[in-house]
Amino acid sequence: MSTEFERKIHETLADAKLQLAIYTATGRLKAKRVETVAPDVLLDYQELRAQAHAIKKHAIENLDHYLEEFERNVEAHGGKVAYCKDGTEVADFVLALAKERGARLIVKSKSMTTEEVDLNERLEHHGLESVETDLGEYILQLAHERPYHIVAPALHMTRYDVADLFARRLHIAREVVIEKQTAIARSVLRQKFLAADIGISGANFLVADSGAVVIVENEGNARLTTSAPRIHIVIAGIEKVIPRAQDLATFLKLLARSATGQPLSVYTSFLSGPRRTGEIDGPEEFHVVLLDNGRTRLLPDRGKRESLYCIRCGACLNACPVYRKIGGHSFPWVYSGPIGAILTPQFMGVAHEPALPFASSLCGACAEVCPVKIDIPKILLELRSEVKKSEAREKQHRLEKLAFRAFAWLMRHPRIYELAGRAAASMAPSEEGGWIRGVPGLMNIPPVRAWLSQRDLPPAPAKSFREMWRRR
Amino acid sequence: MSRDHILHRVRTALGRSAGEEARDLPPVRLRIPESAVESRAPQLLARVEALAGEGFRAATGDDARACVAAAIEGKCAVASNAPYLAHCGITSLPGVRSGITDPDELRELCASADFGITSADYALADTGTLVLLASPQEARLISLLPPAHIAVIACGRILSGLDELFSILPDPAAATSSMVLITGPSRTADIEQILVRGVHGPGRVMVVVVG
Ligand code: SF4
Repeated sequence: MSTEFERKIHETLADAKLQLAIYTATGRLKAKRVETVAPDVLLDYQELRAQAHAIKKHAIENLDHYLEEFERNVEAHGGKVAYCKDGTEVADFVLALAKERGARLIVKSKSMTTEEVDLNERLEHHGLESVETDLGEYILQLAHERPYHIVAPALHMTRYDVADLFARRLHIAREVVIEKQTAIARSVLRQKFLAADIGISGANFLVADSGAVVIVENEGNARLTTSAPRIHIVIAGIEKVIPRAQDLATFLKLLARSATGQPLSVYTSFLSGPRRTGEIDGPEEFHVVLLDNGRTRLLPDRGKRESLYCIRCGACLNACPVYRKIGGHSFPWVYSGPIGAILTPQFMGVAHEPALPFASSLCGACAEVCPVKIDIPKILLELRSEVKKSEAREKQHRLEKLAFRAFAWLMRHPRIYELAGRAAASMAPSEEGGWIRGVPGLMNIPPVRAWLSQRDLPPAPAKSFREMWRRR
Repeated sequence: MSRDHILHRVRTALGRSAGEEARDLPPVRLRIPESAVESRAPQLLARVEALAGEGFRAATGDDARACVAAAIEGKCAVASNAPYLAHCGITSLPGVRSGITDPDELRELCASADFGITSADYALADTGTLVLLASPQEARLISLLPPAHIAVIACGRILSGLDELFSILPDPAAATSSMVLITGPSRTADIEQILVRGVHGPGRVMVVVVG
């Protein structure tokens, strides 16, 4: 376990206030989910899950087909599609467009995908103003923190934290009433919405047969982001594509229930391209950026590619006894909880935080609540075995490096090398030309021994080359 | 460009070749419940109220007009160009501005109005949801910028739920550039999980069912 991971876990465990906040918030979300998926409320919940799983599986297995279909249909409605392989390409795309259109101010609605690539920082680095507009995300942007939870990003902050933050960053009197804090954010952000040139949103779904993006939210900031500015840019992972608009009847019933225990979120926007002839509002330009950022790395493995079915509902976080103790910021990347424990090692490589797949009790609660039935515990187990393999490889690698350093040292000290070589010759096995398997004399230092345990040295000649050279 | 690179990576990983069809797409799953048409309006209004919205039933267009007049009390309202609103006489109420076609004017009005009045293409009874399709008659900002939104809808346009909506509109993109489902007032629970309404969108949503 890296000391950073360990330190953050200890810090979280020692903070009683934070422990209570995580426990209460996840507990409430958990209870609300249970109410809305109860058999007497949602009769066909299990069938919906099975259907959602089947559609995601199919979409991922035919991903290239649906991406191309999506692309064609977006273009048919006058939108544009760009593929980006990483954060640099996304930032370059937005920067180039902003420059071309003379845009300076960007409003953003919540998107985990843009968190992955630190888009705001990259844009601001180039002199653009990029403002998060979801209340929780806005608070985090002011505090320079990353989301604590997929659906409740500022879960760890109290009204008093927000009061201090607003006072400090917005230069206003300290305000501790939550309704008033919300109103402050509303009025600051309203001005931004009306002045912004570009709106950047994520997407919950990309609908192939319609060329549409679907965005689900409660506040209305995503609607504003996608309706008020002249240009709308959608940034979404390639795995978000589903085949048909009609599949939304399945997914929408599951998403809000699993996330916040609502039968439907307040706003579900189904957006297909820029405004059409005669429309009075809506964006004039519509761009969709399809981001890889490591996703294609997850595709080859049939089992592990299930991780890409995730619809980011956050239910597995609320259900996870480990997340509920160690919280979101202990996790080494933007995704936390069980889904973070399987996504991070696969996106960043298992060596990024080898302890991550072990930060789970494998109790199975996550798989039980997952609306798309991702077998998270199974993937965790596979990743654990990969960590073990990679650790063994890593150890081997470290030893080899040491051995070569020793070898290089020997080469720079020929007398000692010669001694070692002669010792080797004298200890050579009896049969003519046999390779040396043992570890002779001076070479018998731990790294060399370890290296040799996997390899054989060529036999030393009766007279070493160095000896012959000197006799000439 | 990364397009070909990414698609190539996807195909290699999946063992597919360019242009290959998708096989075994699971059939669409739509289950439209048998619900009596008369029960839909009461169900819709009950759901709206449960979401802290306000539900009204008007027998005729004139009743709807009276209902809206009572709600806005002559304050500043902007109404969409939906023919149904004019049909009910709502666009001629005092304080109501309608017939706007200039984008800047619309934006300014919406940003300062007390009420936004729209029709709705459909409503979903089981979730208390309004379905609005953007069009030259129905602008997006009217149901979004003002602090209160009033939607007036004919009883016959109430559907049972999502499944019926997607069976009527298998591809909403064919009909509109933007379909929005509105389920109750704008809300957030981002600070301490305390529910606050009207964060970016309207904090009040009134639904008037006519007929
Ligand atoms: S893994 Fe499943 S439960 Fe967890 S966030 Fe994703 S969809 Fe939700």
